[in-house]
Amino acid sequence: MIILYFWRVMLGITNRELLRFLKQKERFISALVRPLIWLFVFAAGFRATLGLAIIPPYETYILYEVYIAPGLIGMIQLFNGMQSSLSMVYDREMGSMRILMVCPLPRWFLLICKLIAGTAVSILQVYVFLIIAWFYDIQAPEIGYLSIFPALILSGLMLGALGLLMSSLIKQLENFAGVMNFVIFPMFFMSTALYPLWKIKESSLLLYNLAHYNPFSQAVELIRFAWYGQFNQSAFIYTLVAFIIFMSAAIFGYNPSKGMMMKKGR
Amino acid sequence: MKQILLSVGLLLLTVTIAKAETVFVTLEKDNAIAIVDPIKGKLLKTIKVGQRPRGIMISNDNKHLYIATSDDNTIRIIDSETLKEIGQLPSGDDPETFALSPTGDRLYVSNEDDNLVTVIDIAAKKVIKSIKVGVEPEGIAVSPDNNWVVSASETTNMIHWINTKTLEIVENTLVDPRPRAVHFSADSQQLWVTSEIAGTLTIIDVSTKKIIKNIALKIQGVSRDKILPVGVVIDKLGNYAYVAMGSANRVAVINAKTFEVEKFLLVGQRVWNIAFSPDQKRLYTTNGTSNDISIIDLSSHKVTKSVGVGRYPWGIVSKP
Repeated sequence: MIILYFWRVMLGITNRELLRFLKQKERFISALVRPLIWLFVFAAGFRATLGLAIIPPYETYILYEVYIAPGLIGMIQLFNGMQSSLSMVYDREMGSMRILMVCPLPRWFLLICKLIAGTAVSILQVYVFLIIAWFYDIQAPEIGYLSIFPALILSGLMLGALGLLMSSLIKQLENFAGVMNFVIFPMFFMSTALYPLWKIKESSLLLYNLAHYNPFSQAVELIRFAWYGQFNQSAFIYTLVAFIIFMSAAIFGYNPSKGMMMKKGR
Repeated sequence: MKQILLSVGLLLLTVTIAKAETVFVTLEKDNAIAIVDPIKGKLLKTIKVGQRPRGIMISNDNKHLYIATSDDNTIRIIDSETLKEIGQLPSGDDPETFALSPTGDRLYVSNEDDNLVTVIDIAAKKVIKSIKVGVEPEGIAVSPDNNWVVSASETTNMIHWINTKTLEIVENTLVDPRPRAVHFSADSQQLWVTSEIAGTLTIIDVSTKKIIKNIALKIQGVSRDKILPVGVVIDKLGNYAYVAMGSANRVAVINAKTFEVEKFLLVGQRVWNIAFSPDQKRLYTTNGTSNDISIIDLSSHKVTKSVGVGRYPWGIVSKP
């Protein structure tokens, strides 16, 4: 019986997120336009680059746009994670969170439901992106479109958990711009999404280390390998550990008697 | 039951045998040839062959490899199974590219420094004739109907048409600057010529010896000076031609019926020579400065793998 409650809550939250996503056509389009602009405009500028050196999982020379496609998938999930955290802050300000919070189920479960809902939305976005990329001649082996799925779940959960953690720290909607500057941009640019690690190492060892230990890099590498039907164990472990840490911190942050909520007086 | 198992086993065996294939690559700087399994995409081994090996061909029965070791001024014959040298051919000075007659009895060798084409009788290991051609002969090919040998002079910018019966130049066709490689269509009706400096591909009608099409090879975003077409091949069915684009690091896929360039495939650096697999399902490229070969799947027109082979891969052939 209790399981049924849990299930109903989970469905409710996921449905709300999906509905919200699909109903807001602008959000759906903008979520797609962002990576596509990177792909069609930014990457096109480097298209003529005479091939990138061969690094795993690639077995031959690739065009720049082939290289950054997994990074853009990561970008979709990163922005989506932040977007759901933004909606948490919004919910809190508008009062709809209170309705959620009176639900007689543990708070950690509600947070996990929220996280799963956000991840589902991000995976939906990624697959639409993959279809468009396919027609742009950025294609992986067929099996890769299946093997990328579990990788997307883990990376989506990790980046979503990071978003939840952020939302537990942010007091007001206005502060969200700071998240853009201090979290999203550094995470995205200091990663393997846009340039391979060896290329970063050529210019700066510090940047190389930052990029290497950036959990976003690890998520991107996990996606990159999975898309080509390969399993990157170290990236998997790193992403999993990062997820557990972010999620625990977020649950702690949302605990009214301990975390940031108390400081905020809510 | 036993019989079924046996036949299944036999079938499996034939499938594996049919799938086995070997690629031989000359390594100009390593004085060696690399032996590659193209199905697994693995370098099997390299063996020393002589000074500066460049041109490479395989006999029609796939038993003998002919390798021009330029700095030894000879063409070596190597057993393709044991990889042991079994003889040498008198090639004249500095042999680089050469062509094998369809009947398998003669080699036609370009001697770049002496402005000659040397005709060798393989069985007798003797020079039949040395034919004076234009300055710096390079590309050379024999028509599949065995009527013509064509030699391209890099500096004279000419295609010389040599009658295989008389071994005399019958006609010359002027082409764009620095013609490098020549290839006949399977029906011997067309000759395709790449011009390295001009960055063009010229298609000549064999019966009239007149140019029927000139294609300027351009890649959006790649500067003109990097487009240096060299190797050219046409598939047996006459559907597609492939051109190695030198420093543009790409292979051009050209519709051989409409002469439209359909696609450019990214391969390693300074791609020079290209060769089909025996079943023409794959194309292999030698990438001179990135020291590897690229394997292209021709059903999807996709580069599947690049395999490191050694320094300055130059020529490439394969055998089933």
